[in-house]
Amino acid sequence: MELLSKIATNDGHGENSSYFDGWKAYDSDPFHPTKNIHGVIQMGLAENQLCFDLIQEWVENNPKASICTPQGSNDFKDISNYQDYHGLPEFRNSVARFMEKVRGNKVKFNPDRIVMSGGATGAHETLAFCLADPGEAFLVPTPYYPGYDRDLRWRTSIQLLPVVCESSNEFKLTREALEDAYEKAQEANIKVKGLILNNPSNPLGTVLDRDTLRDAMSFISEKDIHLICDEIYSATVFNEPDFISIAEIAEEGAVCKNRDLIHIVYSLSKDLGFPGFRVGIIYSYNDAVVNCARKMSSFGLVSTQTQHLIASMLSDDTFVEKFLDESAKRLAERQGLFSRGLAKVGIESLKGNAGLFCWMDLRRLLKEPTFEAEMELWHLIISEVKLNISPGASFHCLEPGWFRVCFANMDDETLRIALKRIHKFVIQEKGLDQPTTRKQCKRSKLELSLSFRRLDEFMMTPRTLSSPHSMTSPLVRART
Amino acid sequence: MKLLSRKASCNSHGQDSSYFAGWEEYEKNPYDDVKNPKGIIQMGLAENQLSFDLLESWLAKNPDAAGFKRNGESIFRELALFQDYHGLPAFKNALGEFMAEIRGNKVSFDSNKLVLTAGATSANETLIFCLANPGEAFLLPTPYYPGFDRDLKWRTEVEIVPIQCTSSNGFRITKSALEEAYQQAQNRNLKVKGVLVTNPSNPLGISLSRHELNLLLSFIAAKGIHLISDEIYSGTVFNSPGFVSIMEVLMNKKYVNSPVWDRVHIVYSLSKDLGLPGFRVGAIYSNDKMVVDAATKMSSFGLVSSQTQYLLSAMLSDKKFTKNYVTENHKRLKQRHAMLIRGLKNAGIPCLESNAGLFCWVDMRHLLSSKTFEAEMELWKKIVYQVGLNISPGSSCHCVEPGWFRMCFANMSEQTLDLAMQRIKSFVNSISYSNNLSPNQQHSNKSSRRKSFSKWVFGLSFHDRESER
Repeated sequence: MELLSKIATNDGHGENSSYFDGWKAYDSDPFHPTKNIHGVIQMGLAENQLCFDLIQEWVENNPKASICTPQGSNDFKDISNYQDYHGLPEFRNSVARFMEKVRGNKVKFNPDRIVMSGGATGAHETLAFCLADPGEAFLVPTPYYPGYDRDLRWRTSIQLLPVVCESSNEFKLTREALEDAYEKAQEANIKVKGLILNNPSNPLGTVLDRDTLRDAMSFISEKDIHLICDEIYSATVFNEPDFISIAEIAEEGAVCKNRDLIHIVYSLSKDLGFPGFRVGIIYSYNDAVVNCARKMSSFGLVSTQTQHLIASMLSDDTFVEKFLDESAKRLAERQGLFSRGLAKVGIESLKGNAGLFCWMDLRRLLKEPTFEAEMELWHLIISEVKLNISPGASFHCLEPGWFRVCFANMDDETLRIALKRIHKFVIQEKGLDQPTTRKQCKRSKLELSLSFRRLDEFMMTPRTLSSPHSMTSPLVRART
Repeated sequence: MKLLSRKASCNSHGQDSSYFAGWEEYEKNPYDDVKNPKGIIQMGLAENQLSFDLLESWLAKNPDAAGFKRNGESIFRELALFQDYHGLPAFKNALGEFMAEIRGNKVSFDSNKLVLTAGATSANETLIFCLANPGEAFLLPTPYYPGFDRDLKWRTEVEIVPIQCTSSNGFRITKSALEEAYQQAQNRNLKVKGVLVTNPSNPLGISLSRHELNLLLSFIAAKGIHLISDEIYSGTVFNSPGFVSIMEVLMNKKYVNSPVWDRVHIVYSLSKDLGLPGFRVGAIYSNDKMVVDAATKMSSFGLVSSQTQYLLSAMLSDKKFTKNYVTENHKRLKQRHAMLIRGLKNAGIPCLESNAGLFCWVDMRHLLSSKTFEAEMELWKKIVYQVGLNISPGSSCHCVEPGWFRMCFANMSEQTLDLAMQRIKSFVNSISYSNNLSPNQQHSNKSSRRKSFSKWVFGLSFHDRESER
């Protein structure tokens, strides 16, 4: 008899994915400005480290918020004893108000609809448990955050089906692509229960425009499926256009016919830079989902010690306004510095206005427009340029050559070093690759379509997450 | 099209159980000695509120731990960014040592085999996800904690098959009960993947004997299945016999290199022993590397806040504090437990003899109008709505015999417990008066007998106090 469950022994956790190879390289040789100046620079971690000085200052000035300091210890007993899955009322209120501020006070959030979860990771899994049965599916636009494969599918046994977005129109989500994905599911006899949107997008660093949001809304209304909007990067929008939350569209009666289908995932991990505190939020317009998710939140409640801290911090209006302003400013500066640095050596990235990363276009540096070439380039970048960046394949991007590079998890000096290394590499590659690239272009289009077809299969069997080593299939080998 | 999942629309979350209905009644009308003296006293919540002062005084002396500081320097940034599912090493070490201390240092815990989870709720669910597939089963001795119906079955789709324990032998686990349960599962075409026991037991309040532990190990060895030992109450053993962890028995030569070694897993939490349920600190301990690996990855869905890990790593590393806390906590639990027993005895109500936990397993079979669960429900409703005590009926714990109730004693002040005992005594007296069951239990205050059933209890709080015990 198999001793462990299928879930415990399959690859559903996704950690055999290429996404993590770079992390392993980083772990074994991490960059340090003085102790290991030639180490690998971590650019694969979407963390927001730009505003800790502001937060630290607030924490020092508000010792009562850390309940166990002499000033706050009166609250200790009640808080440490409180395990109600509704969450501390002041916590829910302050989170609701914060979410409203982030959306320019254009929408209102009802604190009673705020449900806690173990980070956004827990929020996604919980929503999947609430909305879909094993074997059913959610549609998700590509490229998307690799963690979704684990969060939405692993223990829930639901499927993720891609909605293909292409560089030809800047990876915008089209109604056509949505309909296409839905049709494919119908043909494969897979019941679609919902659509996941990540807005602002990881890895693209862009926000969805009003038309796209309305399109998505009318699509899900028509198909009578759920819409889960992951707005975890909502406060990292640092340039125009403004962020438009699904909450705004939900208030447009003409477009949103059924609010019971709308759910928002949120977290403080990116906007505030607190991934360690595990503050995940589900906001649903559907009463039954709120009730069910709340019961499930027992499996991942936020520590009341943390709830109390967050409640105090986010109710400080002056602090919150200052923080949001300053954070956007610093992100804009940082992103500007980075994208200008890339442009200097002719590297383009998708024009982004949000997030903690750039979606970098390295197609010109590929030996050939294949995922093997992407993997090769990526391994080169890790081992020789010594930067851990994330290859587009790990985000299920259908076109090889795109990479996500994070810029908010390091200081200015480290970023400059990273840019220097990129400059050096590009100049080298330009010199070496030009003749080869031309030769590769002469190869048949058949090879291109073969690679895409293989990826298609890979996409339609979502449980098999291939590692870079399994990218060579018999189809490709046949050409040599 | 059906809008929500089956899990969202079914009852497996278990919250329709009477266990929770009583809580709801309490929420509507909670006792407060000043603001609502006639309200319902919460005796259905297994919380340890007896030793907060010890925690508070430690915190007052160690402000850095909660103030995100180490040696006076702010480490806020490091903590805020720390999301490694391997957990804060200092915390895991301290937790492992604390667990060892509770077991009299007869066993030690390797922090590499420890997985942190958001409470024991998450630990139990995670272990089931790791050990069983949907449709498979775990055997659990009854009576058991009602929350298991949600934690072990709801999202995992695993079944629970009961191991029937009865009052005939003090609800101890027997070989025949184990075999019978296994057979039951076979009859229902359910593949059994393991046994889960709570030691010390909730709701019984007894620590498992060495004999029972050996029985369990032989059983799982013979069947080739797992054993989960939920030891969440291990630090609440206040009387002899002392606590014997499954790990201690496992250290026996015959098990050390056997397959059983890898199939025993412990669940722990700080919610009961330290009285910190709000902080969501749970743990899984396993000798099986694959289980540790899988559970570690799954813990992403419910990690412990780094802020909390840091505070508790400082607290639990203070050995002087932990030693004193454990001793003092035992003392207070023992005292409080004795008070409940006395109060119940005074009302002619026996309890299962117990040495652990935050509750007693109370025998009210003699107060039932008939030996049925309907009668138990009838009695329970009277106790909640009329006597004003939220206690947990045995049926909600899947007890096979009607008439048993769990009453908690560590989540209220002494005065409140005293009042609860008075209320129950008056209730029993009034029943015996009207049923003529026990003439010995005559109430000394004649006037109260004339009060109607619904009115008498509220007058009792101030005017008709019993002679103090």
